Amino acid sequence: MMQTTSTIPIDAQVEPPWKLPSRGIVGMMCLILAESAIFLIFVVAYIYYIGKSLSGPLPAQVLDLPILGTICLLSSSFTVHHAVSALRKNNIGGCTLGLAGTVLLGAIFLMTTAREWYHLIHDFGLTIRTNLFGTTFYSLVGLHATHVVIGVTMLTVALALSLSGRVKETHAERLEVLSLYWHFVDGVWVVVFLVVYVLGR
Amino acid sequence: MLVLSITLAIFLIVAGLLLYALIRFRQRPADSKREPAQIYGSNQIELSWTVIPILIVVMLFLSTTRIILETEAAPKPSGALDVTVIGHQFWWEYRYAGLGVVTANELHVPISDPAKPTPTYLEMSSADTDHSFWVPRLAGKMDLIPNRLNTMWIDPQTPGLYLGQCAQYCGVQHAKMLLRVYAQSPEDFAAWIKQQRQSASQDLSGNAAAAEGQTVFMHSACINCHTIAGTAATGRFGPDLTHLASRDTIAAGPVQNTPENLRKWIADPNSMKPGVLMPSMHLNDHDLDVITAYLTTLH
Amino acid sequence: MANGTVLEAVDQTLEVKRRPPLDVVYEWVSTVDHKKIGLMYIVYALIFLVIGGLEAVVMRIQLAVPNNHFVSPQVFNRLFTMHGTTMVFFVGMPILFGFGNYLVPLMIGARDMAFPRLNAFSFWISAFGGFLLYFSYLGGDGLYGMGSAPDVGWFAYAPLTAKVFSPGHSTDYWTLAILLSGIGSTGTALNIVTTTICMRCKGMKLSRMPLFVWLMVVASGIVFVAVSPLTAAQIMLTIDRYLGGHFFDTQAGGSAVLWMHFFWIFGHPEVYILVLPAFGFVNEIIPVFSRKAVFGYPAMVAASVGIGFISLSVWAHHMFTVGMGPAGNTFFVFATMVISVPTGIKIFNWLATLWGGKIIFKVPMMFCIAFLFQFLVAGLTGIMLSAAPFNWQLSASYFVVAHFHYVLVGAIVTALFGAFYYWYPKVTGRMMSESLGKWHFWLFIIGFHLTFDFMHVPGLLGMPRRIYTYEAGRGWEWWNLIVGIGALFQVAGILCFVYNLVRSYFRGEIAGHDPWDAWTLEWATPSPPPAYNFAVEPTVSSRRPLWDLKHPEDQDFNYE
Repeated sequence: MMQTTSTIPIDAQVEPPWKLPSRGIVGMMCLILAESAIFLIFVVAYIYYIGKSLSGPLPAQVLDLPILGTICLLSSSFTVHHAVSALRKNNIGGCTLGLAGTVLLGAIFLMTTAREWYHLIHDFGLTIRTNLFGTTFYSLVGLHATHVVIGVTMLTVALALSLSGRVKETHAERLEVLSLYWHFVDGVWVVVFLVVYVLGR
Repeated sequence: MLVLSITLAIFLIVAGLLLYALIRFRQRPADSKREPAQIYGSNQIELSWTVIPILIVVMLFLSTTRIILETEAAPKPSGALDVTVIGHQFWWEYRYAGLGVVTANELHVPISDPAKPTPTYLEMSSADTDHSFWVPRLAGKMDLIPNRLNTMWIDPQTPGLYLGQCAQYCGVQHAKMLLRVYAQSPEDFAAWIKQQRQSASQDLSGNAAAAEGQTVFMHSACINCHTIAGTAATGRFGPDLTHLASRDTIAAGPVQNTPENLRKWIADPNSMKPGVLMPSMHLNDHDLDVITAYLTTLH
Repeated sequence: MANGTVLEAVDQTLEVKRRPPLDVVYEWVSTVDHKKIGLMYIVYALIFLVIGGLEAVVMRIQLAVPNNHFVSPQVFNRLFTMHGTTMVFFVGMPILFGFGNYLVPLMIGARDMAFPRLNAFSFWISAFGGFLLYFSYLGGDGLYGMGSAPDVGWFAYAPLTAKVFSPGHSTDYWTLAILLSGIGSTGTALNIVTTTICMRCKGMKLSRMPLFVWLMVVASGIVFVAVSPLTAAQIMLTIDRYLGGHFFDTQAGGSAVLWMHFFWIFGHPEVYILVLPAFGFVNEIIPVFSRKAVFGYPAMVAASVGIGFISLSVWAHHMFTVGMGPAGNTFFVFATMVISVPTGIKIFNWLATLWGGKIIFKVPMMFCIAFLFQFLVAGLTGIMLSAAPFNWQLSASYFVVAHFHYVLVGAIVTALFGAFYYWYPKVTGRMMSESLGKWHFWLFIIGFHLTFDFMHVPGLLGMPRRIYTYEAGRGWEWWNLIVGIGALFQVAGILCFVYNLVRSYFRGEIAGHDPWDAWTLEWATPSPPPAYNFAVEPTVSSRRPLWDLKHPEDQDFNYE
């Protein structure tokens, strides 16, 4: 059944131009889906164990609303969005500024978390092994913080590349993929905030 | 039964059609060139074999739900007996709370008369890992999970010995955590209860070996794990031995309760049930003899 | 629109000069080509299949007679844990994603996967996981006692896995090995989904993709949502074991049942991840050997996607005996029974594909036919088990073991064998031996039925699973013996298979680019395909582009 050349006959209807979604965006969405599932399980464990600790400090006693950190983190979504749209318009300076802002806000968030944990450990003696609240709190918030660290690291790399002039308009989509990750991290924080600091207290 | 007949019917029909198709439509040597008619689908046929299975599923689901409710949501008769079952690695603890009886590994229950039911309600939990209580001829299984209370009931109507074993992997000797349920007539059961409520007889004056055995026992580490009611032994980690000699088996079922086996068990449990949590006490022969003599008096 | 597809069959077997071995090794170790990576997955999985199979044979010898002393309880417990863990994570996942890796780009007319380096990374991290799992043999008591190999069962229920009940590192090997394998699976799944969405050739609408591709995409989608819960649970377990956490610590108020929920939220969809690619193989092979298009393509797609979604809601049918209460039990009975509807639709569609066709009994088809009968039985015993009261008797018994092996071996492995015989010519350029294939088929099928048909009986007679021995006098002895004999037949079948694989590579008949007269794009490339797959990106107008070419008078797109 060998044919050397052949043509597949033309369809009766004209097929629309063939355009497929971008690989980076689809790939990142898949990653976000998988990561959401991991977070969901930690959130479920947290909710399941609310009120079930046999002893030790309880959320209402030790948790304060992390207002500053939350404002910083949520604003950082705007700065990273600004960075991406600036790059789309070939505004490298604007992009750099946006990235720098995002890195700064992310770093502030991490610092507020670190301070909160220091306070919990040294003033209340709450550690991961103290009780169910300690275990679920530190793992959930810690998992989120780890993702923030990864995000800040990648954004810093992007910032460094931008500062050294290596970032061009053609990289806008790659930056958008990174920003999607950052928006995801923000979204997770909204859920963690509601579950831990609002519902759980 | 309904489930079985439906699945059997489905199997016969589908497998039958499959077999038919394979024979009827196989390639004959004569027609190797032609391609058969290409049929891409048929809405009516596909609809029917979607709707019919849905109906079968609904039917099965409703009948299953009925049985679930009959079993799990059945009202508890007033004559029911309550027994607490606690699973351990690798033995069963039974506490008849209302009757003041604590025993191990061999569960005695009264038979039940359908006219005036006296089922046994088992309240189950575990002291360590997950276990599962499964005596097939009495009921389905229910898991024993630490920090959780599960309840099931059994309703034997014929006296006899019902065998089972732990059905949830719980560690090295999961395989030898056997179940023995003795369903007895109400009279026999009452007699058994009466005997089990008594503390261990302290009068061993007629039996020098046993008396010496009791002394050795009470001065060794045995008392840290085992209870013998009415003595200094109040350990809760291992099975209650107050009426050890009234049991048919030891080691949670796999070993017959004879003096030779008992002696061997005490000398080195690991030789008979490798991985069991009872350590060898490294007793000398004389101590082993007298302790065995003592334990065989515990009816 | 003029299309530029040039169907040039390059049939010559290129003479490859012998290259220095180190060069060849370097090429394979550093490759990012989806075909090579796919092959590495497959070979790696076959090695573990043999090892896992040997573990099973040792277990069957131990259980052949009551109160046997062939192995100690400690060794036996490690054997069943390793057997299960190996077969699921280091045979099933790699081999099916290996086939997916190889075939998906070819079937959609692409040149490679979307992220070739991620692809390579996924393979190597999975491979490391497998290595780590088997490295555990060297820990603890040492090799003859199976060292530190995990002994907590492949589902590792809490609190048996807590540090207090499992001191030592066996549980940790289990956790880490699977964690790594999970990362690899997620990466591959990401690649498959992205490749399918973003790299199809012109004209290859989603509704024109081969069903195998659809099933790989659905399976990959399930991976995202199902493997992550296991990863999360394992992180929690490790926190419990090493940081003093209390997730599953019942002494501190933790819940053993929570582990079960998390595990089975992974565990049940996992078996669908394994079975959907097997469906995909059958979907490709049955039409070709019945000489008919698949019956009801849209329904097949809908059923596959439906199975994917419903599979996420049935997990607690593994937990009917845990005491969830009538409401919980009833819900999961319902969801499990519902999944039988799309599954049944698939079986009926396969039957309808055969009906009126011209069935050719070559070895790939023989395996697919065995698949149909065996999967039917497996599904029906599954329906039996979905009825909770039935389940209360039969869960954790050999009936369940028989049921799931019926699916895993009777359906998945059987379809896999079919896939091997079918695509081997494409991968190597040579046909596998038909007569050796028939020996393989009959030996394996007879062995399979001896083992797994009869295995249902001890379960019905009350024999629980995971016991290293059993008392005489329960009526289980003869059945266990027959089961063991069946295992030996299966070993013989596998030996034939491996011999066939190796021998055909050197002595098999040259295949050409399309030995089966098939219709999907992979058959339009030379055998084996060059690194770039397609010289010119194809353009397609129907589900069976090669059918259109071979039958210009009766093209598919007139009917679709």
